[in-house]
Amino acid sequence: MTASVDEVRGGDEILLAFARALRAAGVPVTQDRAQGFLDAVSVLDLADERGTWVAGRSTLCGSPDDLDRFDAVFEAFFNARDGLPRTRPVPSVTPSQSQLPETDAVGEGGDEDEMESINARAAETEVLRHRDVGSLSASEKQRLAGMFATLHPRPPLRRTARHQRWHRGQVDASRTLRSSLRQMGEPTRISWRRRGRKPRRVVLLMDVSGSMSDYADSLLRLAHRLTVALRAQGGVVETFTVGTRLTHLTRAMRLRDPERALVAAGETVPDWSGGTRLGETLRIFSDRWGQRGMARGSVVVVFSDGWERGDPALLAEQVQRMHRVAHRVVWVNPHRGKAGYEAVQQGVLAVLPHVDDFVAGHSLATYAELTEVISRA
Amino acid sequence: MDPESASDVAARLATTGYLCDGDLATVTFLALRMQRPLLLEGEPGTGKTALAEAIAESLELPLVRLQCYEGIDATQALYDWDFPRQILHLRAMEAVAGDASEGTVEEAEKSLYDERFLLARPVLAALQQSPAVLLVDEVDRADDEFEAFLLEVLSTYQVSIPELGTVKAATPPVVVLTSNRTRELHDALKRRCLYHWIDHPGLDREVEIVRTRAPEVSAELARQVVGVVQQLRARDDLAKPPGVAETLDWARAINHLGTARLDLATAAATLGALVKYREDGEKVRHALDQMLRA
Repeated sequence: MTASVDEVRGGDEILLAFARALRAAGVPVTQDRAQGFLDAVSVLDLADERGTWVAGRSTLCGSPDDLDRFDAVFEAFFNARDGLPRTRPVPSVTPSQSQLPETDAVGEGGDEDEMESINARAAETEVLRHRDVGSLSASEKQRLAGMFATLHPRPPLRRTARHQRWHRGQVDASRTLRSSLRQMGEPTRISWRRRGRKPRRVVLLMDVSGSMSDYADSLLRLAHRLTVALRAQGGVVETFTVGTRLTHLTRAMRLRDPERALVAAGETVPDWSGGTRLGETLRIFSDRWGQRGMARGSVVVVFSDGWERGDPALLAEQVQRMHRVAHRVVWVNPHRGKAGYEAVQQGVLAVLPHVDDFVAGHSLATYAELTEVISRA
Repeated sequence: MDPESASDVAARLATTGYLCDGDLATVTFLALRMQRPLLLEGEPGTGKTALAEAIAESLELPLVRLQCYEGIDATQALYDWDFPRQILHLRAMEAVAGDASEGTVEEAEKSLYDERFLLARPVLAALQQSPAVLLVDEVDRADDEFEAFLLEVLSTYQVSIPELGTVKAATPPVVVLTSNRTRELHDALKRRCLYHWIDHPGLDREVEIVRTRAPEVSAELARQVVGVVQQLRARDDLAKPPGVAETLDWARAINHLGTARLDLATAAATLGALVKYREDGEKVRHALDQMLRA
């Protein structure tokens, strides 16, 4: 295929360096992908820049998101005009937890009656379940994080086109026939069937704009809990963050360990605590993912307080569009459950006619209710 | 037989009426030369499936198509035994031989699992007929498990049938996978493939496509129609921007009405060929009004 190994060695090194640069820019380049890139370039002419570009795109990239990054890195790597690498927009860090003193009184009354302390602890937990997660201290948040494991969501079910064996229902003519054929045409037991059941897909769209930043941490934990728990039961959960842009977060959420999943999410999402262009990002979601099938027949859950900087009419239009495609649209508002709440934000007013459920989402107890709403959808 | 360069691929595809840009031709060339599957993604109606058909036609290979759907499994993709015919065969043997052939039970059993009772489903058919083009259409509709199974076939190009043995392709088939991105495919599958995102073609290219695919449409009409469609695509408020397939339909529809020049009345009457959403229809009608009046 190629000339001699020595001849292309210099070229190979440059190409491998490029693959490394691409990996540093966030494209998941693996060893065999890099090898495929070298093979592809060796089939083409190395001097042909467009050819190298195409070879790289087809071997190193795997989704449209990768393509943009690839173009930027390619431009910077091969056509650097000023000799300096272009600066990559650094993702802002996850809102860090403040260094409050640990108020978690563990062993203060060490020689107290044990039963009493257990009761007190249980009461504390119960109180924590109902507290607004936006107002928790750092140590309380830490304790709450462990309590997410107490949520046991079940996947919503749908009927499938395919039938499954069952002990009553309709007569399964073809199975009955086949089994009688197996007995050389003797009549045998009648088989029955019913429509199969499968978990419905759940799509989570989380607003990570500035006004929701107090809830971002616990929403991610909830998304992680849902993803892991429903996956174990054969369901599929897809997670996106919406803010100023749309980010696909499912891969990060599938990591088993919640802390690692949160770190991965922090690295993936570029627009923490940014502005809100909810209508715009929902439109991108529907265009790129939703309408093609991800939202079709699935349960779409939007976490947002409805503070929309863009045009509320666009937001309404997009939610309506999503509602037509999805099986059920659930809107979760962290302010809904608070005393004196009235749906006055323009965004909320705009979407209310187009959502099936409008539920609260500010404490663990309301999250438990939400999982119930999802599984009954 | 084998194309020598990317431009050769483009020229061959063009003879079948499939016009592609240089990048797509290069990727196709790489896929043929490196014997790697080609994974195509892109908006609906940009010619993903048509590319596989064009490759098959230009290389004069048979096209084997596997349409994926939810719940598809190995018996629908690989092979199945023709059960009723096996039973018939058994009955026929009974009738002919009576009870004279007692020692041949094993032979009779063996004759049941003969190749003539094997129903070759697309993947096996492609391996048997190789060289061939195997089109795995809309692979994102199949389940995750099916992807894993596909991966196995794509990495070895062989299928083992317990009763018969292994079927291996003499030459690996040209494999084209298409996906509409209703879900993200597994990385392991993507890694084996060459990836290409097909975009909508530019103005001149699309005019060429219309002229090649619908020669009955006049050059002037083609240019007008494509001009309008390109402007519509540039707007970003349509739920479903028209693809190339819609452009072709629309041009043909206008041509059927016997109009040589695009005018507002004909355009409005044939709008159903171009946009398939009510909301879009209103917007497009409004836009057409401005475009054609100017």
